[in-house]
Amino acid sequence: MKTIPTEDALAQQAAAPAKKTVQMPVGVPGYTLQNEARAVPASEPPVWPINKDLKYVGQSIPRYDGEEKVTGRARYTSDIQLPGMLYAKFVNASVPHAKVLSVDTSAAEKYPGVRGVHVIQHEIGNAVLRNPALDAAKYPVVRYAGQPIAAVAAATPAAAQEAASLVKVQYDTMPFVVDIDKARDPGAPRVFPGAADEAGSAGGGGGPSDVQQTGNIHGPSVHTRGQIDQGFKDADVIVEGHFVTQVQTHSALETHGVVADWKPGMLTVWASTQGTASVREELTGFFKIPASQVRVITEYMGGGFGAKFGAGNPGVVAAALSKKTGAPVRLMLDREEEHLSVGNRPSSDQTLRIGAKKDGTLTAIHLIAYGTAGCGTGAGCAGPAQNLYQSASLHTEENDVFINGGPASAMRAPGHPQGAFALEQAMDELAVKLAMDPLDLRDKTDNHSVRHVERQVVRESDLWKSRNPVAGSDQGPVKRGVGFAQSVWYRFVSMGSSAEVRVHRDGSLEVISAVQDIGSGIRTVMAQILAEQFGVPPAQIAVKVGDTNYPQGPDSGGSVTTLSLTPAVRDAAWQASQKFLADIAPSLGTTPGDLVLIDGEVRSRSGKCEPLSFRRAAAKMSGAQITAQSKRVPDYDPKKYLTYGGVDVAEVEVDTEVGRIHVRRVLSVHDCGRPMNPTQTISQINGGIIQGMSYTLLEHRLLDPVYGLMVNPDLDLYKIAGAREVPAIDVRLVEAYIGQSSTDASGIGEAAGVVSIGAAIGNAVYNATGVRIRQTPMTPPVVLAALRAAAAGKEQA
Amino acid sequence: MPRPTLLPSEEPPENSAVQDSTRTGISRRGFLKGAGLTAAGTALLEGVHSFAAETTPSPQNGVTELGPGPASVHLRVNGTEHALEIEPRTTLAEALRNHLGMTGTKVVCDRGVCSGCTVWLDKMPVNSCMTLAIDAIGRDITTIEGLSAAGEMHPLQAAFVKHDAMQCGFCTPGMVMSCAALLERNPHPSEQDVRQAVSGNLCRCGTYPKIFAATLDAANRTA
Repeated sequence: MKTIPTEDALAQQAAAPAKKTVQMPVGVPGYTLQNEARAVPASEPPVWPINKDLKYVGQSIPRYDGEEKVTGRARYTSDIQLPGMLYAKFVNASVPHAKVLSVDTSAAEKYPGVRGVHVIQHEIGNAVLRNPALDAAKYPVVRYAGQPIAAVAAATPAAAQEAASLVKVQYDTMPFVVDIDKARDPGAPRVFPGAADEAGSAGGGGGPSDVQQTGNIHGPSVHTRGQIDQGFKDADVIVEGHFVTQVQTHSALETHGVVADWKPGMLTVWASTQGTASVREELTGFFKIPASQVRVITEYMGGGFGAKFGAGNPGVVAAALSKKTGAPVRLMLDREEEHLSVGNRPSSDQTLRIGAKKDGTLTAIHLIAYGTAGCGTGAGCAGPAQNLYQSASLHTEENDVFINGGPASAMRAPGHPQGAFALEQAMDELAVKLAMDPLDLRDKTDNHSVRHVERQVVRESDLWKSRNPVAGSDQGPVKRGVGFAQSVWYRFVSMGSSAEVRVHRDGSLEVISAVQDIGSGIRTVMAQILAEQFGVPPAQIAVKVGDTNYPQGPDSGGSVTTLSLTPAVRDAAWQASQKFLADIAPSLGTTPGDLVLIDGEVRSRSGKCEPLSFRRAAAKMSGAQITAQSKRVPDYDPKKYLTYGGVDVAEVEVDTEVGRIHVRRVLSVHDCGRPMNPTQTISQINGGIIQGMSYTLLEHRLLDPVYGLMVNPDLDLYKIAGAREVPAIDVRLVEAYIGQSSTDASGIGEAAGVVSIGAAIGNAVYNATGVRIRQTPMTPPVVLAALRAAAAGKEQA
Repeated sequence: MPRPTLLPSEEPPENSAVQDSTRTGISRRGFLKGAGLTAAGTALLEGVHSFAAETTPSPQNGVTELGPGPASVHLRVNGTEHALEIEPRTTLAEALRNHLGMTGTKVVCDRGVCSGCTVWLDKMPVNSCMTLAIDAIGRDITTIEGLSAAGEMHPLQAAFVKHDAMQCGFCTPGMVMSCAALLERNPHPSEQDVRQAVSGNLCRCGTYPKIFAATLDAANRTA
């Protein structure tokens, strides 16, 4: 069925009440699809049918900016070159904990080519003392090695680097701690002299500030449901485990950085960011200048994964240097700085107990979690324990442990890979104890309707059918195993998301929004929506994003972009199309309600006029341009469908002689609402799987306890997954309509595999070997140690 | 830290690498920096020879002294000769990006482990962050900008678009250069060959599966 407006919407809008009731497709086609009524604002466009009945939306249209990217024409912040541009370089702390007594920049200032030096007075990113007087000083206290202290701007990158090395910093060093276990000790050196908090960010970083702090322990943040003691009394079976995960760094390929050009009356900043609006907000707040005098541009950005919100130290320092020198300043971090100072995924140390009845009904979930976000907060990881399963009782405690390490920031599904690593392995263990199939156990305790369908897809898969339910039954040193795990993420809507659509008299169409493309392909999706609305191919649509001169977009964090922005785009496109038809109808001798936009033409339902190409119809416009701007309307039924699910199955081979885990295949079944562009959605899920696998098996930020320095701040010793580690990935998208907006799109970035793959691998390793590994990264020494410990335990028994 | 300059006085007295440098005016450390790429040693030597031919031997010892200031050099990039004034320590990546404004080549790790900066020297893929610009004198340098002739995408680039073999796109130029070089030397690669060809190329978005698919598809179309 093709959606065709059946009446003059403008007339209807004027006469209709504020709300109208519509029937919307809800559920999973082939499984649970049905129509549900929704009361929606009367101005909303007609309901779209499911994807198979749409022409452009839901199709794997090639990426809008694909050619720009494969030809190298795409311009990233690090590619921006302006006339007279200076290059800036940070001076970073060489010690992990110190008061800064003096910063002598005189030699740097005299260095040939140097145009300006800036000494940081206000550090961004670290947690902030509730009582700032406790360590008030001229310069911010150094809380981790690598903390920026000053910056130099010079005519060439080399001059900036050399001059930066001439800045003399005098430290009064203090005792430090970089190990989370030692930091929990009451006698450990204090990272902060009193309670300190880090406010939450748009992307989900930071943590609660209404909690106690004891020594370096910031917490607990407690959540309870029901009676936990009774829950364990009611349990027939209890599983308990201690799980430890490491710190991961985002390691986006393009480092953090900006080009700042401070001119009288206008600060223009090119930023490698996930939020043009967030950068502007921090700059206006920091420099006390109006939003109208700050413009932030992000044409392309080379990955963020949660770490790139706000201007941060690079943004404000580059802007300050540009103001000081009167020249544009580029400040891009180097790879080492990227590891040290702009965020990471916190570690976790989780003690998890689950109680269950014989039939698999959960009676109690009890989680005590510690984690370090360095000198920031945000190590909470109880999300999965709180939200995946129905349990008669729940008690979770989350604690941040301060260490002298760089502050964490949000990282792809903050807290959830850590939490799911523990929870989903514990559930697997519970299934073993109850002699239940892991999927059946979830059916018993998980009431999410889409994950129910996803498990059905898994059940029917060859990969799952090939699983030997008896763990460790392979003979020989290389053992094969298959494991299953689930994920959860949440539906967040960025309500300010807006877009403008323009119809030009030459028949060209454009859509603009300040939203930035972080690699998920929002440009393509915006073009598809206009194509669907105007009946012209997406290639004819101009999409302009990544500029705060355009209507406000969402910051891209927490899987909000597509689900927040696309309804605004569609509403604007719908309104523009209705204005357009109203404008040209008289010259065609008919009414707007008689006209439809389809297959590149304007057609009359009644045959009052001949079909006209869109371009020739546009030539009849009374003015040069028709525009419509729209802002996100609230979800139609905001109390419903608050979480997304996904399930992953991993097949591994464990070489029990050398301890190497090889992930051979992954089956990834994911809830993605209405997939706007399936191939782009699959790209994101592939990425979540690979990133999560990399985290589980390879990555580890190592801090040296003697000097407090990171020993692997690069990409050779900090190992991320490469082509040879990549498994064969089979992604199955589960179209899950929920009837929440005019596009009914959902998000996928966080739920995409990264949450559940670690536990799926852990469960597969158990299935292969009969040994459970509760620690990441599962490097060969960790695997061998676990195998030996299990063998020793068996001998003792 | 400043990069090593190219003054012969830095050299330790007796060793074979020094003999090399005495002949060409390239310091051992500078040479090693340029040679820090896979299997490129021989090819680099050729580049060193052409560089030596372009410069004037100093009268005292037959050594050409260069640096630390800028020197005039010519680089042949995508078939066009470019005159540059560069310090001898300038890497090829810096010369392309900062001096010629060809920013398609990306610098990611700046130490030869991610291949984001891959360009071709005479069709051989090298890490341009680990190659001195002066070592590329006399060689045919091909960058991502030069892969697509006259506005037409190279078949491999078209296949990358078709298969959505990119997300943020920052690794893409390097991936394309590595995979296109593979197709030049092996028109019928297996998936293992593709994995091997990009085993040094890091992608943080995790787009590898589609890069394999795109490269195999391009091979089928062009072979």
